[in-house]
Amino acid sequence: MSTGLSKERLAPAKPADAAPEPSPERETPVPVARLRPRRRLGPGRPIPYGWALGPLLLLAVWSVGSAAGLIDPRNISEPWTVVTTANDLIAQGRLQSSLWTSAQRVLIGLLSGVAAGLVLALVSGLSRLGEAVIDGPVQIKRAIPSLALIPLLILWFGIGESMKIITIALAVLVPVYIHTHNGLRTIDSRYVELAETVRLRRREFLRHVVIPGALPGFLLGMRFAVTNAWLALVVVEQVNATSGIGYMMELARTYGQTEIIIVGLVVYGLLGLVSDGAVRLAERRALSWRRTLAG
Amino acid sequence: MATHTGRLTGTNAATVAEERPAVRIEGLVRAFGDRRVLDGLDLTIRPGEFVALLGRSGSGKSTLLRALAGLDHALTGAGELSVPDHASVVFQDARLLPWKRVLGNVVLGLDGPDAVERGTAALAEVGLAGRERAWPVELSGGEQQRVSLARSLVREPQLLLADEPFGALDALTRIRMHALLRRLCERHRPAVLLVTHDVDEAIVLADRVAVLDEGRIAADLTVDLPPPRHHGDPEYTVLRDRLLGLLGVDQLDQIDQPDQTDPDETVR
Repeated sequence: MSTGLSKERLAPAKPADAAPEPSPERETPVPVARLRPRRRLGPGRPIPYGWALGPLLLLAVWSVGSAAGLIDPRNISEPWTVVTTANDLIAQGRLQSSLWTSAQRVLIGLLSGVAAGLVLALVSGLSRLGEAVIDGPVQIKRAIPSLALIPLLILWFGIGESMKIITIALAVLVPVYIHTHNGLRTIDSRYVELAETVRLRRREFLRHVVIPGALPGFLLGMRFAVTNAWLALVVVEQVNATSGIGYMMELARTYGQTEIIIVGLVVYGLLGLVSDGAVRLAERRALSWRRTLAG
Repeated sequence: MATHTGRLTGTNAATVAEERPAVRIEGLVRAFGDRRVLDGLDLTIRPGEFVALLGRSGSGKSTLLRALAGLDHALTGAGELSVPDHASVVFQDARLLPWKRVLGNVVLGLDGPDAVERGTAALAEVGLAGRERAWPVELSGGEQQRVSLARSLVREPQLLLADEPFGALDALTRIRMHALLRRLCERHRPAVLLVTHDVDEAIVLADRVAVLDEGRIAADLTVDLPPPRHHGDPEYTVLRDRLLGLLGVDQLDQIDQPDQTDPDETVR
């Protein structure tokens, strides 16, 4: 009984003896309008080189405005003046030497901040006692903007290079710590279990499971860290400096040289872009096991 | 022999005329808080024997396996438990480290200059020769589980613990994996404890099927069917029905159960 019935239920066809029912609804042709594609609600296909459109438009407005005399050169210099000024600064060697000084500050601050953040994150991520001691103070530090510490740092370290580097390092430490620590804490416990069943020793466990597992978090922290480093640099160079890009811009302000200020801004922008790109490249290389899926 | 928890009594004295068992469990108790998941469980597995452990969900199958694997740090318990030093685990998910290539996963934690060679051989044995440099994400679910089998076998375990290893695979892949596992076990002869909820999988693969219920072994049946074991065999059906009965699945629950409604109504 069961087989016969289930077959009947499975068969899509009508029972043979049943008269074909007239079904007027089904006979009616579907209205043509229904077949036309619906109005698209999404933003549609991307425009080729669309990302360049906005900046180019801005540049065009700037050029036309300057040429037509609508923009006061005391507020914003003409684009061509900016380009020639940049050329002059490079010819005099001023731009290069300022750039080198600034880059050195960022590099030293970044390296020491990353090292400190990494060590703190490892200690706090790998031991409960370490977490109890370290995590609280770092979270408190996180709530205080690094730049607000500058007055205190000036009192402690003076206005020399060490104050600048420490400010940058402090601004870098927090994101590196937060994201690395998070990466360590969110390593899948299933992998820890696996490490136990294949009897990894502690050192092997760190090398094969913990460090690669926390790497994505660390690299994300690095991207924030790099941005923070440039931000801190801009501030410390304008507070008190006798060299560097920020100093060059400060000096230009006192002489009303708008074009030099704009050159400085462009340089800062390029530096930010280049360093972010470098971290992203490192990310792609180091996380190639993940990229295979992302394409 | 290693003993994880509880009293250790006379593992050395146990050698009598009989063969020494690979796994011996006596009066094992494991509890989450007040709830006793395993309650005085006894089980013995001989070397090279393939035991399937069936049980309803929540019957404590995985708890037993984790106790044997030494993974139950957070539990309270008592009883005697002796397992070989060389035990390895195959989990339901292949559990490959995504940041290590296939070969790196197989030889994880292996020492010695021949580790790579052994790992490559193990991969060839599970039919994945040439995929050593692939990333785990590039493999299908079945292939990942093969890598995980290779990772277990390369350690030459005396005991293989498998926690529903084919539960996440599709039906066709599962059939192939059954054949592969059977072949590998015949060659390497580890004692095997396969936890599963699939009665057919248990009958097809195991020498013995144990049914876990209320924290104890409720039944322990020897599967004495000649290979190939398949549904057509009447003895197979008898065993299958008996095991399903032990698991609380009635005849009525099985197959496409006809509707209780009037057949005429269904047609109309």
